[in-house]
Amino acid sequence: MPSPATPLKNDLVSDIAAQALWIRRRSFQMVYEAQQGHPGGDFSAADILATLYFGVMQFDPKNARDPKRDRFVMSKGHCTGAFYSVLARAGFFPETDLSTYMEPLSALNGHPNRNYLPGVETNTGPLGHGLPVATGIAIAGQMDKADFRTFVLTGDGELQEGSNWEAALTAAHRKLENLTLIIDRNRLQQGAGTEDTASLDPLDEKWRAFGWHVEMVDGHNHGQLLDILSASPRGRGKPLCVIANTFKGKGVSFMHDNVFWHHGVPNKEQFEQAMRELV
Amino acid sequence: MSAAAPSKSGFFDCRDSFATTIEALAESDPRIVTVVSDSVGSSKLAGFRKKFPERMVNVGIAEQTLVAVGAGLANGGKVPFVSAASCFITGRALEQVKADIAYSNVNVKLIGQSSGVAYGELGPTHHSIEDLAWLRLFNNMKLIVPADPWQTAEAIKAAAAHDGPVFVRVSRMAVPALERPEDAVFEIGKSETLVQGNDATIIANGTMVHRAVAAAKALASDGISVRVVNMATVNPLDEAAIAAAADTGAIVTVEEHSVRGGLGGAIAEVVSTTSPVPMRILGFPGFVPTGSAEWLFDHFGLNEAGIVDAVRLTIARKK
Repeated sequence: MPSPATPLKNDLVSDIAAQALWIRRRSFQMVYEAQQGHPGGDFSAADILATLYFGVMQFDPKNARDPKRDRFVMSKGHCTGAFYSVLARAGFFPETDLSTYMEPLSALNGHPNRNYLPGVETNTGPLGHGLPVATGIAIAGQMDKADFRTFVLTGDGELQEGSNWEAALTAAHRKLENLTLIIDRNRLQQGAGTEDTASLDPLDEKWRAFGWHVEMVDGHNHGQLLDILSASPRGRGKPLCVIANTFKGKGVSFMHDNVFWHHGVPNKEQFEQAMRELV
Repeated sequence: MSAAAPSKSGFFDCRDSFATTIEALAESDPRIVTVVSDSVGSSKLAGFRKKFPERMVNVGIAEQTLVAVGAGLANGGKVPFVSAASCFITGRALEQVKADIAYSNVNVKLIGQSSGVAYGELGPTHHSIEDLAWLRLFNNMKLIVPADPWQTAEAIKAAAAHDGPVFVRVSRMAVPALERPEDAVFEIGKSETLVQGNDATIIANGTMVHRAVAAAKALASDGISVRVVNMATVNPLDEAAIAAAADTGAIVTVEEHSVRGGLGGAIAEVVSTTSPVPMRILGFPGFVPTGSAEWLFDHFGLNEAGIVDAVRLTIARKK
């Protein structure tokens, strides 16, 4: 017999799936209209973002700097198509603003700026910045014995930046249970596979060796993501690293696992085909 | 704030002023925390650690994380004072200073310790004579170079009171307490005129200010009337004081920094685009040879005699 909670969870998972689809469609339209962006990474991260904002995090978009809010740091700051879409969908600013993506004087710069947009915690773009800043946020929460959690999403190629490993040491040393790192493990960086560039595997063993609790999930499975990310992170005395196995370009056949779409932009036919597939 | 104890015959280590001031501020403001990179001793923060062990974050030898953790702590409502050797907190973590602190415009105070050539014989890797040139490019970051213990204490208080990014460049070189009126106040962006004069103006900051005052006194005995302006804030500059300096017809700048892009460069940008007058910029030409800090000052003319010569040469070029 399913528990009474199961139908509710199913409803939540269905909603997250619908939001993820909306994020993919909206972000791809933004990239198509701007003829700029990083749609492959938008698509690998869409399910993670939808799960966080619609199933896990506590926040009030009308009080975006509420001290009690859960924090999300978008370390892979180039994937603003997906990030801005989820922020608008979650109510931080009007969805109509998304149509200004990368236009002159738009608040929707190619990389996020906290002074332009509510919901952005720190300005990212150069890689390897998110985890160290998120570590500082989590230390502040730990000092205050606050309940809020801090989430940070990095790419996987980004882990080649040494600053991540500095922060990994400090986060484990300070037992930051309130810090959750999610790695968008799509195995592709800008120019090639991560394992053909500067190998990261065995990635789980690296994080364990640095003193983190590691979970591996299918980064496109909303139920799995929801279970792992919404479970209490407390009691282990370790920060949590969720390695989300994903595909760059997930959701569109011709983009799937294709490095071209790191920052490839669609022509009219490609855009229309993608819209036919994203239903 | 009482001044720190003299180290030798009326000379002070301004790090002591930083330490006593930050401890006093932390007593009354629970948001104040310190962040260090194994730099407790060199920042003179052992006393702070003893009083507030839960309010110090030591990230280890990891300057990128040092600066970024400061940004994160500010996000969490703290007022972090991030303190490390100036050469490392700026050069090693420059992109974090740019993106996480300045461009993000967060309420973080960066303290560049033992700046300039204080680590004399250790060589250019440990000198910080590029820091102001790098940081001056971040237009929203306040840059303060205090000249003595009183001004160091006031600069730290002003940094804590200001909502936004501030860099305070602290020296370990012994300096005397400057003579100034009892009711003197420190304000970010406001210079102070320590010696009045009309034949030329010396604009200095940090460890060079007392040397500039000595040079002006020497020139006065020869009948040359030289103004001395302590331009402790490099960003924003006190442009009114610079315009007034230009009215004297000759300007000499003196700094414990490279001659490229520091105080002299900043003032030259203003002078050349408003009221051009002959200028001379005293500082270091670039990487310097082996020598103690005092030897380097003498070698590059950053002493009373060198400043006197520079003033005479600049006055000779007056139109």
